[in-house]
Amino acid sequence: MRQRLPLLVFLALLVLGPAILPEFYITLLNYIGLYAIVTLGLVLLTGVGGLMSFGQAAFVGLGAYTTAYLSTAHAVSPWLALLVGLAITAVVALFLGFLTLRLSGHYLPLGTIAWGISLYFLFGNLDFLGGHTGLTSIPVLGLFGYELNTGREFYYLIWAVLLAAVLATQSLLDSREGRAIRALKGGSLMAESMGVNTARSKTVIFLIAALFACVSGWLYAHLQRFVNPTPFGLHIGIEYLFMAVVGGVVHVWGAIVGAGVITVLKQWLQDLLPRLLGQSGNFEAIVFGILMIFVLQRMRDGIWPLLLRLVPVKAARRREIAQAEPLPQRQLPAIGTLLLEVKGASKHFGGLIANNNMDLTVKAGEVMALIGPNGAGKSTMFNCISGVDPVTSGEVRFLGERVDHLRSREIARRGMGRTFQHVRLLPTMSVLENVALGAHLRGSKGVLAASLHLERAEEARLLAEARRQLERVGLGDCLFDEAGSLPLGQQRVLEIARALCVDPCLLLLDEPAAGLRYMEKQALADLLRKLRGEGMGILLVEHDMDFVMGLADRVVVMEFGEKISEGLPEEVQRDPVVLEAYLGGVE
Amino acid sequence: MNLQIALLLGQDGIVNGAIYALLALALVLVFAVTRVIYIPQGEFVSYGALTLAAFQTGRTPGTLWFLLAAGAVVAAIDIVIAVRAGALGRIGRIVLWNLALPAIVAGLVFWLESDKLPLAIQVVLTLAIVVPLGPMVYRLAFQPVAEASVLVLLIVSVAVHTAMVGLGLLFFGAEGSRTPPFSEAQFQLGGLVVNGQTLWVLGASAVLIVALYVFFERTLYGKALRATAINRVGARLMGISSTMAGKLSFTLAAGIGAFSGILIAPITTIYYDTGFLIGLKGFVAGIIGGLASYPLAAAGAILVGLLESFSSFWASAFKEVIVFTLIIPVLLWRSLTSHHVEEEE
Repeated sequence: MRQRLPLLVFLALLVLGPAILPEFYITLLNYIGLYAIVTLGLVLLTGVGGLMSFGQAAFVGLGAYTTAYLSTAHAVSPWLALLVGLAITAVVALFLGFLTLRLSGHYLPLGTIAWGISLYFLFGNLDFLGGHTGLTSIPVLGLFGYELNTGREFYYLIWAVLLAAVLATQSLLDSREGRAIRALKGGSLMAESMGVNTARSKTVIFLIAALFACVSGWLYAHLQRFVNPTPFGLHIGIEYLFMAVVGGVVHVWGAIVGAGVITVLKQWLQDLLPRLLGQSGNFEAIVFGILMIFVLQRMRDGIWPLLLRLVPVKAARRREIAQAEPLPQRQLPAIGTLLLEVKGASKHFGGLIANNNMDLTVKAGEVMALIGPNGAGKSTMFNCISGVDPVTSGEVRFLGERVDHLRSREIARRGMGRTFQHVRLLPTMSVLENVALGAHLRGSKGVLAASLHLERAEEARLLAEARRQLERVGLGDCLFDEAGSLPLGQQRVLEIARALCVDPCLLLLDEPAAGLRYMEKQALADLLRKLRGEGMGILLVEHDMDFVMGLADRVVVMEFGEKISEGLPEEVQRDPVVLEAYLGGVE
Repeated sequence: MNLQIALLLGQDGIVNGAIYALLALALVLVFAVTRVIYIPQGEFVSYGALTLAAFQTGRTPGTLWFLLAAGAVVAAIDIVIAVRAGALGRIGRIVLWNLALPAIVAGLVFWLESDKLPLAIQVVLTLAIVVPLGPMVYRLAFQPVAEASVLVLLIVSVAVHTAMVGLGLLFFGAEGSRTPPFSEAQFQLGGLVVNGQTLWVLGASAVLIVALYVFFERTLYGKALRATAINRVGARLMGISSTMAGKLSFTLAAGIGAFSGILIAPITTIYYDTGFLIGLKGFVAGIIGGLASYPLAAAGAILVGLLESFSSFWASAFKEVIVFTLIIPVLLWRSLTSHHVEEEE
């Protein structure tokens, strides 16, 4: 209850607001609400997803102009016009997303700048949209028979929409789809290896942000009851971005704070500065620009975290994981089945040959170790097999099927789990959530269900599975710690749990024992033996020879990108070629 | 449309295209060296053009005060840092570049009656005011976050743009200005009248592009910038300071921007916010080159210029729409040909 107190106080103030506040403040709050809806989309897009759009104001314009035009020229119901506006927005957003989201990160902002400018000039030059003077006498919005004539009445609609959007966004982020979205910033490559379609996740958040903006524009048109191109120009698009950054770009509530601060500040500066400078103009831009530079240099997380410190509430880290029915598991192939077959695989980076004509097999129920000096090309081989960085030539077959042309997420779906040599996890997400990311492909509920939290049963099963795997690798005590706070060795073990969550039949482990203490290595070896006993195939890269030789059934030795030896551990250990590679030869 | 008009539009397009090409080169340079998507480039165009215009009407350009103020802030910050680090030897250079030099420029502006000076001297004074703003902006806005993600750098870039446009309005007011051409000469070339200014723009662009080429291929600093563009960490290990590389690339960009403004001011009326659109067209050209290839960016710039001048004839109200939608097919082509998952750090 104490946890929810600030929220309840905030809600109570919101409800009471119109009863006590004068008209001026209601208007201000209405605009803050409208801007916050747009900013919320940007928080999702920029703060959470690491993407950026300057075109949000144009999406607001799309929503506003659609309803303005349809309801004045064709007497269409505003509610129908809202649907039309959303549909148009969706089409535009999907198209822009298709164009830019598969390219590197800076193409989306540049693309949206161009889109923002184009739409602004289009609004201003199309006669049926009223040109630069715009459209007037937009009808009043009716809701359950009431007409929302005044700002006071509109206030409740705006803030209800905003709160619904905030809650839906929060719910979305706390779900399977949400974890995939949160992995976009700094974890795309890892997420793809866990089966996440990152291009789709990016498109989803760009679409959501655009739809929020469109709804805000629709509300704006019926509140203001006239539209012209000015509030939909690029500089307003930039202002939305400033709101998100000032408020706290990774926090959903930061959107409201940011919209509030910038709106009030703008109001105040627009009064003050022209008097101070003795001429009229948008001088608040100077202050905003400098403020932004300061925020980004000194307090990149914005105002929201500062506010949180004032409130005596600790964020709820620890929470119950409901007992849930275990997820269905893959039928592992019979022991001895050929799982992986690499034939003549080569990988070139420009002129550098990292792998040359490599052959390798892994069977179900065996541990195959891939060893060799540093720089021999072992991790490159891993990337080739798992589709992270495909082979230049040669074949990779997994369960009899050629997979060398497949993306890493498609290979993961076929039952391959992997860890990374340089740990790839999301340091600010909890250990549990990091591991649950591995189970991404074992859930199916979509974004809409997640936003409404209709997928709780499935979510409980995913989290229970993540906990099960964490307990299995011995991390059951730190489920709710931030993943980045674990020692490096345990982060590697976390990656094993995550790979196990994929429900693989082949496990690729890249130096899993590095950074572990003796007892922990023993426990890891026991776990791998147990997995092998269950019929899993394991491909292992490791430098700890005691660990490798005590565990591996077969060993392949690489040097300079080529296989120099293969056989049983004791054979390989006696092979003079191997001794020369490791020890520089015996003269 | 007849041939006469087509030639005229073509001439217009190529002249504007040459300016966009210069800007695109600067943008590609800044992006490659610092990863900054340099939105404020357009403001240097406006500042250059309007500072020159202020000289010609005998006013003191507001950019001069900006230079003095920015220099003072940079000097204050750097001196504090130098004193804390115990590196007092650095102070002399800091004072020279950030306080002494702007003071000398200011002295010259007040001492000489700027509106009576020959155009060439006015141009030199303009560059002396606007170009040092480049490294100062880098020092104040970008250097403290130089290691941040492209995304953060882009937001900073937009913030700098916003502040500089606001300052531009404060310095120069809302009215536009046009400066007299460098040359009033006109040449008959078949049926085509070629203005002296056209030749000036094309000639100056060509000279600048060649000069940049020589700079990058033949000089140590040029090679240092190229090394930084290819591998920042590697370059730093070889003793190339990324701060130096950043400041140098921003200086070059400011020089190119201001000079482009000076070149284009006799052709089109420049307002305090015109530079932004001009700069963005440079971006469109840069995107055509994938923000990496200089020749493709230059070719893209000419294409943008031609598209702009011909669409201003057929559908002048939709000129900007047409130019900016040009990036759609370019992005489409790039999107369809690239398919790997990028890790954004």
